[in-house]
Amino acid sequence: MRVAIKSAIWFFSLLPLAWVFYAGNANLLGPDPGKAVVDTLGLWALRFLLITLTLRPLRELTGRSIFIQVRRLLGLFAWFYASLHFAAGVFYVIGWSWQDVLRAFDERTYITLGILAWLLMLPLGITSNRWFQRRLGGRWRRLHQLIYPLAILACLHFLWLVRSDYWQPALYAAMLAVLLFWRWPRFTLWRRRFA
Amino acid sequence: MLIRRPPDIPASEITPESIYLRRREFMAAAALLAGAGAISPHALGAEEQKTLAYGKAGPESPAGFYTKEAQTPLQDATHYNNFYEFGTDKGDPAEYAAALKTEPWSVTIEGEVEKPGTYGLEDLLKGNALEERVYRLRCVEAWSMVIPWIGFPLASLLQRVRPTSRAKYVAFTTIHAPAQMRGQRSLTGAIPWPYVEGLRIDEAMHPLTLLSVGMYGKVLPNQNGAPIRLVVPWKYGFKSIKSIVKIRLQEKQPPTSWNLIAPTEYGFYSNVNPQVDHPRWSQKTERRLPGSLFNPNRIPTQMFNGYADQVASLYAGMDLHRYF
Repeated sequence: MRVAIKSAIWFFSLLPLAWVFYAGNANLLGPDPGKAVVDTLGLWALRFLLITLTLRPLRELTGRSIFIQVRRLLGLFAWFYASLHFAAGVFYVIGWSWQDVLRAFDERTYITLGILAWLLMLPLGITSNRWFQRRLGGRWRRLHQLIYPLAILACLHFLWLVRSDYWQPALYAAMLAVLLFWRWPRFTLWRRRFA
Repeated sequence: MLIRRPPDIPASEITPESIYLRRREFMAAAALLAGAGAISPHALGAEEQKTLAYGKAGPESPAGFYTKEAQTPLQDATHYNNFYEFGTDKGDPAEYAAALKTEPWSVTIEGEVEKPGTYGLEDLLKGNALEERVYRLRCVEAWSMVIPWIGFPLASLLQRVRPTSRAKYVAFTTIHAPAQMRGQRSLTGAIPWPYVEGLRIDEAMHPLTLLSVGMYGKVLPNQNGAPIRLVVPWKYGFKSIKSIVKIRLQEKQPPTSWNLIAPTEYGFYSNVNPQVDHPRWSQKTERRLPGSLFNPNRIPTQMFNGYADQVASLYAGMDLHRYF
């Protein structure tokens, strides 16, 4: 059962990437295909991030541990799409040179926010395996709570680049707000324990 | 006097004999255009649009009127548009602009002119030989195209209605028709409708400033601003207001839509300027469309979009960082 579910997750999680390859190859992305690729990958990174954050509420609402068992996989897919999004953004929008990337990080708030969100994902991705989990013990949980600030950064990154119609980024930000609000009681508990 | 002709009459302003002789053809085309509404109003695909008679641009045209850079394919120029009246997605205008009724169409000219009035489209076209201009189009979002427009200089229309000495600015308004323009019904958009734009009178009278009624040899598709739009090639694309219903000459600088939404991001002038970045992104380079996945086609952006020789003198002594 678990294997079947994980295989299905692998399959469906790779579909957006397959679509990008297919659409790019079949010229379905319009005259600015690079921008379309960047946007699509970014959107999926955010979606996977939000899906990952939905798993604990689902677990607590249903009592099924499977939601926690697939969490690492889905979280890694968020990291995977965020990394592809970043690489595509550098190649298609910013320019393929370190000076350009550093200047963009320095001057463009939305890029600063996006890169910060991606940088915060790095330690989470690296320490997602069992070895680190055991080694870090209780600190592992605290480390992985970085997902909250980084999800906020990702939503701000999206909101910041909109020119006029805030509907879509506002929707994602609202979903994140609901997911964070749901955890509010635990945040306060956590604050009391570590303050 | 604010109204003056360019120092030399550019060759383009003299109607070539061949076109003059074809004027009946054009009138016939205009009549066809007028009748098109009766046949199959707005579902006309770009390919089926009526052809126009016009003087063709070429390397021999006056400097700035023609660029030999590769022209953007028609399909891209008509399916990748910012025309928020139909939605904010680049594909929305092509999908939804058919709902706009462009026939009949009239433009009200008012304010500081001796001959104000509401002119039918055919009336505006009368006496103006149509000519082609191949211009670069630079969007403020850092992409660009090369488009063969068909139209006539705004100056020739303004001269006809005789601006008074108090006419220091020209204000333009796009049609407000929420029933036909779904973007104007959007609840989450930030633009107060109708869309408005403006130029200083000397910018408006500049020979590069075009009132366009066609592109790629045919009448404008709705998504590109049919039936009549402005084209100001040295400014960011949003200055080139589409589907114009009102032109007002006035003494005061008019408000402009993007400036009203975000004054720190979009100035009144909005000249293409690689040295003045948009606060949120760089304007130093642009993606010349179409790009491909293997070649994003990023090229450096030129001062005044490459029209500095023609227009830089309009801004002599101005601090372009301040008046961006």
